[in-house]
Amino acid sequence: MALQLDARPPVTPATGTPRPAGSGWWSRIDAKYSPYLYIAPFFVVFAVFGAWPLAYTFWVSLHDWDLLGTDPTFIGAENYTRLLADVDFWHSVVNTLGIFLISTVPQLLLALWLANLLNRHLRLRTGWRMAVLIPNVTSTAAVAIVFGVLFGREFGMVNWLLDLVGIDGIEWKSNRFASWVAISAMVDWRWTGYNALIFLAAMQAIPRDMYEAAAIDGANRARQFWSITVPLLKPTIIFCVIISTIGGLQLFTEPRLFHSGTNAIRGGPLRESQTLTMYMFENAFAPYYNFGYGSAVAWLLFALIAIVAAINVLIIRRLGAGARPDTGKRKGGTR
Amino acid sequence: MRTFPRRRLAAVALAAAGALLVTSGCSSDEAAGDGKITLTVDVFGQFGYEQLYQEYMDANPGVKIVERGTGGNLDEYSPKLTQWLAAGKGAGDVVAIEEGLMVEYKANPNNFVNLLDHGAAELKGNFLEWKWNQGLTADGQQLIGLGTDVGGMAMCYRTDLFAKAGLPTDREEVSKLWPTWPDFIATGEKFKAANTGAAFLDAATNTFNTIVLQTAGNAQGYHYYDTSDNLVVESNPAVKQAWDTTMAIINAGLSGKYGSWSEEWVSAFKQSKFATIACPAWMTGVIEGNAGPEASGKWDIARVPGDGGNWGGSHLAVPAQSKHQAEAIKLVKFLTSPQGHIGAFKTKGPLPSSPQALADPAIVEATNAYFSQAPVGKIFGEGAKTLKPVYMGPKNQAVRTEVENAVRTVELGQRSPDQGWQDAIANAKKAAAK
Repeated sequence: MALQLDARPPVTPATGTPRPAGSGWWSRIDAKYSPYLYIAPFFVVFAVFGAWPLAYTFWVSLHDWDLLGTDPTFIGAENYTRLLADVDFWHSVVNTLGIFLISTVPQLLLALWLANLLNRHLRLRTGWRMAVLIPNVTSTAAVAIVFGVLFGREFGMVNWLLDLVGIDGIEWKSNRFASWVAISAMVDWRWTGYNALIFLAAMQAIPRDMYEAAAIDGANRARQFWSITVPLLKPTIIFCVIISTIGGLQLFTEPRLFHSGTNAIRGGPLRESQTLTMYMFENAFAPYYNFGYGSAVAWLLFALIAIVAAINVLIIRRLGAGARPDTGKRKGGTR
Repeated sequence: MRTFPRRRLAAVALAAAGALLVTSGCSSDEAAGDGKITLTVDVFGQFGYEQLYQEYMDANPGVKIVERGTGGNLDEYSPKLTQWLAAGKGAGDVVAIEEGLMVEYKANPNNFVNLLDHGAAELKGNFLEWKWNQGLTADGQQLIGLGTDVGGMAMCYRTDLFAKAGLPTDREEVSKLWPTWPDFIATGEKFKAANTGAAFLDAATNTFNTIVLQTAGNAQGYHYYDTSDNLVVESNPAVKQAWDTTMAIINAGLSGKYGSWSEEWVSAFKQSKFATIACPAWMTGVIEGNAGPEASGKWDIARVPGDGGNWGGSHLAVPAQSKHQAEAIKLVKFLTSPQGHIGAFKTKGPLPSSPQALADPAIVEATNAYFSQAPVGKIFGEGAKTLKPVYMGPKNQAVRTEVENAVRTVELGQRSPDQGWQDAIANAKKAAAK
């Protein structure tokens, strides 16, 4: 995943490029339209896989549409008004935001700490750096299933370990906060190393002489970390926050596979860890097969992501204003 | 050298053709090089068709049968099937439909081939009447599926755990322990007092479903929806009675609280953590699969408390999207023939819905080695002909999910029985309205 920090085009080429003589209208058409042709693939693919499904989902969300039914009826905004009054929907919004918060904050702090360790002169440095990425290479489904077993009520290893130190077993799957923690552990296990490597790459771009100068001034390691490393990593931290936001709000596989057995899409008997995407699936597919209602959930999820993204942009603006001039310039590329 | 490039060209062409063949072999269900037709059969759980496929393929050399979804959970199977049908692509040539979902599929019969157009009418006598009718649309004009099994009820129990608790282990004597559900609870309390380290039963949800189907079958013949498709969870005495009995089981602390079909449930089988499980005939295959060969001979089957009941059972249908409808229909007729029912029963235990098969010595005299040589044919077969089916309404699956889920919250101590009942009613209404 390449990070394009500066979205502005490079220096514009000089105008008045010499054209081959004697080519007439064909070369004019070529010069005028072929650039569109060159950029067309992106727009065609986006239209087919991005814009069209988005519009179609909206169209579906305005109907009472049974997935197997043949003639959906137009009901206008009814799905949306019902959804806004649907307690289960808001419950899943809270779950999603809650899991997002308790997974992302420790994750990024841990990643920062790991990156700092990996940035030192270690033996087998490349080995360690690769090792932190290994969890990210494993399949999400496999991770979720293994964690689902680890956090089992009666046969799970976590409760067994707690029992060894005299703590009663926890109902990881039917206690709201405990299930959030378990799912966050899964997310963090998979993504901490990935973020650590991004931080590490940014850390290596910080000139060594700044640390040397600080050391001469008598700053210890911790002081160097907080006064040099962290401020200079600001754009990278923002990038990681945004990527985590997008991933966190769309969380599906981990909580879905964390639960097993009958009706796992519910995320626990009282919907303890049902995320928004799971609620969407539950309505659009089994057991309700209400395609219209599910589509309305999808659109509100889209709205929620837009709102969170807007908040992100505001925060970035404020942080960007306080940053050093050379890093402040980078704020343009947020994605 | 002019021959060299030409030869190379030929090689490239050949490779390209080969690649095309390979891709077409993967992307469509047309058969590979040997010219055979591949029929895909989509199932869940254990249908026990392995032997029958082999027989059919031997008799029909032009057909290759592939089964998908064996051992899977119905909860995961049904949304997939619905998506395939909605998308018009992806479903097998033959698909299994569970009775609880049949009503939803029957509401949109265009997705399936009308078996009446293909000479199925003459097979009517091969099925119990209500089983045949379940596959028929409301207007009686289209037959969507031919019946496979019915879920005649019994109670499976572990003889080793019963011996440890000082209870009788012989199936006749065990059956005498619990003529009614209160007797079953009383036995459970004795079992619990013996501290065997195992729970008396697996999950209150499974037990609830057994009781509600039994009481409803014996009363009006419907549970969550009446026969005019009105939601009656709140007013149907059969549902409330089953709820109260289940609450008594939970209050007595008899449930192991292993969420049905979860990883823990499977582990609990393996580690012999519960002593009884309500078992419709098809459940015997599930128990054998979950508890594994090391538990062979430790299970036995007694009669179910209360009186009879039916849980589950399926039909086989041919989606209209199938490219080999004629061959698929032929296969469905074979698998649902009396001989097909007998073959499946012998392999994995689903109980035939064909009177001929039920009367066949192969069923009547059948025993199951895994269940201590229990005479399964006799135990399940006897009640099957007089089974009282329960009517399932339009959103049956969603409503059932809500009610069972309310049982689960009480079982886990998250809700009091009263709160749970209120939840069940409110959520069932919400589910039915969606």
